[in-house]
Amino acid sequence: MLLINCPYCGERPEPEFVYGGQAHIARPTDPRACSDQQWADYLYLRDNVKGVHNERWRHTHGCGRFFNALRDTTTDRFLATYEVGHEPPATLKGAHS
Amino acid sequence: MPNAIATRQGPYVAPSALVRVLPHAARWVLRGDSSVMATAASTLGVPFVERPCQAAAQSDCAALWLGPDERLLIAPADAQSELAARLQTALAGQPHSLVEVSHRQVALEIAGEHAAVLLNSGCPLDLHVSAFPAGMCTRTMFAKTEIVLWRTAEQRFHVEVWRSFAAYLSKYLALAAGELAA
Repeated sequence: MLLINCPYCGERPEPEFVYGGQAHIARPTDPRACSDQQWADYLYLRDNVKGVHNERWRHTHGCGRFFNALRDTTTDRFLATYEVGHEPPATLKGAHS
Repeated sequence: MPNAIATRQGPYVAPSALVRVLPHAARWVLRGDSSVMATAASTLGVPFVERPCQAAAQSDCAALWLGPDERLLIAPADAQSELAARLQTALAGQPHSLVEVSHRQVALEIAGEHAAVLLNSGCPLDLHVSAFPAGMCTRTMFAKTEIVLWRTAEQRFHVEVWRSFAAYLSKYLALAAGELAA
């Protein structure tokens, strides 16, 4: 079974987790200054990465917390998990566009 | 006029050698920061533990770590109203959420030499005593239902399950126990 390392609880089986979409998407500070295209991009446009992807996961059936993860979409291997509000580990940062 | 107040009955629990239903208890889910948790622990008379996945228990009361800002508080049923009032008084003025969930869930005790093996029939966690020692607790999945699992002793587990899932959980355990015996 795939084990995911929750930053709070440690390694847990995958069925306890729910995928929460792409991570590090910042809401525009002034939405009224956005064009329709910029707003639509913010709402709907997501990366479709082949390789290392920044994503959010939620430990729904555990501590209930959202956290961020770096996962390789080709191998399904988790490279790192870290708390919300933190930057990805510096050594892996360049992996993501 | 006949007494119209119904007596509350526990849900159906399938009989099984290793499983027994624990008496009704008072329960709350408390959310807040660590000062809220410290206040609640002293009100309940249990040690304040901030380590993840650790339960603090003293006599009949317990505070189970569910998340960084979430605890499950368990106390004897007859102390419910008195403790609720004391918790509310002690926590007044601190931002928190205290929700009474006494009747939402029931507690089962799974004890015996094969308790961990029995639980592993539906729960993929590593329940070896080195990985999940006594005093550790967590919310997790058992087959298709969510449970709170707390190891109270090396060969004894306390399982909290939502009451409508108690029949499913206990039937699953009874089936697995039959396979263990075979």
